[in-house]
Amino acid sequence: MNILTNPKKLRGFERHLKVENVSRRSILKGLGIAGGFALAAPVMSRPAFAAYETGASKMPHGTVVDPRVFVSIAPDGIVTIVGHRAEMGTGVRTSLPLIVAEEMEADWSRVRVQQAPGNEAKYGNQDTDGSRSTRHYLMPMRQIGASARSMLEAAAAKRWGVPATEVKARNHEVVHAASGRKLGFGELAADAAKESVPGIEGLKLKDPKDFRYLGKGQIGIVDLRDITVGKAHYGADIRLPGMKYAVIARPPVTGGKVKSFDATEAMKVSGVEKVLEVKGWPWPSKFQPLGGVAVIARNTGAAIKGRDALKIVWDDGANGKYDSVAYRASLEEAARKPGLVVRKEGDADAALKSADMVITGEYYVPHLAHVSMEPPVAVADVKGDKCEIWAPVQSAGGTREDVAKTLGIPEANVTVNVTLLGGGFGRKSKCDFAIEAALLSKELGAPVKVQWTREDDVRNGFLHTVSLERIEAGLDKSGKVIAWRHRSVAPTIASTFAAGAKHEAPFELGMGLIDNPFEIANLQCENPEAAAHTRIGWFRAVSNIPRAFAVQSMVAEIASATKRDPKDMLLELIGSPRLVNLSSVKDPWNYGEPYSSYPIDTARLRKVVELVADKGGWGRSVPKGHGLGIAVHRSFVSYIATIVEVAIDGKGKLTVPRVDTAIDCGTYVNPERIESQIEGAAIMGLSLAKYGEITFKDGKVQQGNFDDFPVIRMDESPLVTHVYIVPPGPDTPPSGVGEPGVPPFAPALINAIFAATGKRIRSLPIGKQLEA
Amino acid sequence: MIKVKINGQEQNWDGDPDLPLLWFLRDEAGLTGTKYGCGQALCGSCTVIIDKQAVRACITSVSDVVGRDVTTIEGLHPTGDHPVQKAWRQLNVPQCGYCQTGQIMQGAALLMDNPKPSHDQIREAMAGNICRCGCYQRIENAVHLASTGV
Ligand code: FES
Ligand code: FES
Repeated sequence: MNILTNPKKLRGFERHLKVENVSRRSILKGLGIAGGFALAAPVMSRPAFAAYETGASKMPHGTVVDPRVFVSIAPDGIVTIVGHRAEMGTGVRTSLPLIVAEEMEADWSRVRVQQAPGNEAKYGNQDTDGSRSTRHYLMPMRQIGASARSMLEAAAAKRWGVPATEVKARNHEVVHAASGRKLGFGELAADAAKESVPGIEGLKLKDPKDFRYLGKGQIGIVDLRDITVGKAHYGADIRLPGMKYAVIARPPVTGGKVKSFDATEAMKVSGVEKVLEVKGWPWPSKFQPLGGVAVIARNTGAAIKGRDALKIVWDDGANGKYDSVAYRASLEEAARKPGLVVRKEGDADAALKSADMVITGEYYVPHLAHVSMEPPVAVADVKGDKCEIWAPVQSAGGTREDVAKTLGIPEANVTVNVTLLGGGFGRKSKCDFAIEAALLSKELGAPVKVQWTREDDVRNGFLHTVSLERIEAGLDKSGKVIAWRHRSVAPTIASTFAAGAKHEAPFELGMGLIDNPFEIANLQCENPEAAAHTRIGWFRAVSNIPRAFAVQSMVAEIASATKRDPKDMLLELIGSPRLVNLSSVKDPWNYGEPYSSYPIDTARLRKVVELVADKGGWGRSVPKGHGLGIAVHRSFVSYIATIVEVAIDGKGKLTVPRVDTAIDCGTYVNPERIESQIEGAAIMGLSLAKYGEITFKDGKVQQGNFDDFPVIRMDESPLVTHVYIVPPGPDTPPSGVGEPGVPPFAPALINAIFAATGKRIRSLPIGKQLEA
Repeated sequence: MIKVKINGQEQNWDGDPDLPLLWFLRDEAGLTGTKYGCGQALCGSCTVIIDKQAVRACITSVSDVVGRDVTTIEGLHPTGDHPVQKAWRQLNVPQCGYCQTGQIMQGAALLMDNPKPSHDQIREAMAGNICRCGCYQRIENAVHLASTGV
């Protein structure tokens, strides 16, 4: 990151990269093995070790800590480091290799990053979601780097005939201080490769005070130049000789199928070569394709035009009556009756009955579509019993597994090349589009690219759920909250895996419901049933979106009813600094992390509230028509608080002059990318709050493109977003960054609207509600 | 047979004259820097410059550009060092990067038309280009930086 010469002129840059008082301490073609040396050594099993325990070992295939897998050094000194997670905009393809480079003392300008294909047995878990990459891989990557460093040092020491303790790797060379001798990494590569890999227990990690890169934020992402010159390769940019272009007409209703079709007109379109029916799986079937009719052409434009000319009669199946208006009413009805109790402390029923005041809020968040800028797309080349895929998938290992299973071939015969992802947001965790390409390539005996149009993306995706959150808060005479009952009703992601799933899974309940951090004597969480009628999937931050919206709106509602400052109210509800006791919860989930390393620490929650209030000028006077709102939420084991300043004009037009966000994500790698994630999260939060709504009628999605499913554009984006990063304690484990910025935004905005206008919005999106 | 000129090079097209320029560029000419995002002139991912104007390639047919100079991101600057591209790199603008070539082309076209745009003019001129990752603050600043000299 270059620091600007004249920062004053640039909005938001006056404080850019100012991390809160740090009080503690072009891609290579091959893996450098051709002509170089991979660090090689006798195989030894390396148990996962970590200074702090994470959930990484419980993920499929766990972690692999082995420099021979991740690092190679060419004779010219170029160090190649494997990035095994998917790059969708978070910067992970830079951050993880950077950690290795840091520990091994490589000079970043002489490091190349090599994207790993899908192979979890070799690289460890590759499922890039859940904001897990840094928190699961910071320590393994440090260990890999430290291993490589010690092998290089051992090789140099042998060459010079001196004890290894006398030599030290430093900036791409190993130095013997006593004699002043130096050897570059390239010169040592061959010998280092013969050294055995040291055991993790004996590894010496760098002292953080010696870090050159970690936590500093001067490093641009590795793809920066390619992106700016149009040479970065996304899934859509793969071109193979003889490749066919396909688009597919998929059933408009989830679970529907083709009854009959007429391809006569489609075949007349210039460039169209073939029309064929493609196999679909009955719903639900995890990530298997929906089926439909494919148009094969010499280019995508011809395929789309051909598809427009298809005549298809569909059998809509069981979901043909799905209607968002009726469904909302059913959610409301369910939320007004008792449901499955998923957390219970004290006696909320009795306390609500005896309360002096009960405040009830019902908060609605509709279905949302991911609309990653690059719609789903994949290229497949099936030859005999082998299949090669090029695709923007978040889960390369999972894609390999699912494609192999679908084609009935061994996983070893499937190669999944991970391209850059033009956005993911959870959509590309599902590999249905890659399976479609594989099936079509097999059928046609040629490489095939399947391109989803934006309309396909909006209408045939795996939507964010639709939810009704009902909260009743009981207050005693003094205004203290003595009872809290939160009912959450929403079709579950589990319904995409198993027919008839009607209760939310622990991983959904654990996103802002059962992990409520408030200090309230009588607290009960319930989950009434809800049936799904479309494919429900992960959307950036998942259930945290509706939960933070409901809980943080309710806090402000209580503040207003009792005439208190919303921030003070929030701190009062969070209560004393403590680790929240979740012993009454059967499966607290906790984002898959051990509670010992990642407890709900209310001191950290309070800290981000206080920090954002201080830096973000909570309580400052704002012009007429403006208002400030605040919200805090812990998700993906990070703590984030946001203040939004909103301005509403006489016609109800809403703008956002300023956003302030404080994040505590523990130990971090690249603060510059944390800022970009938070800046982006504010815009995604504003998009969903202002416009985000997918509706169904007669089983069909009623939206199709950015005209009827708008997202925020530059002219209505926040004028400035400030980010404050809490400096981690010396041993604070890393936590999530990609998703946690989204949940607090909508409630902070809605609370700001209330402050500005007195109007309380409980149903998203805002739409025209301010115009009335 | 249609002849078109892309980045100064003549190209022949013997297929459907109505084919959207976007797909001609990407699938036939192999210029994949121009991206598909919506196909309806709603997102700006496919922005190219034709005769100094930002144009959405997804709603422009190949036959529309006969006799005109089409510049794509690949042809914006011989070494990729257009002031807008340099400003982009200086401010670490992209997240996923997919929308960025369209944003850069739009920004470059804006500066041809208005070399010193105000922040408000930038916000207005760039409003046709969606970035789902939400890099707007940096895009705005980068266009401004490019206009004041990197
Ligand atoms: S693809 Fe052309 S404007 Fe979106
Ligand atoms: S950087 Fe991802 S869409 Fe703009």
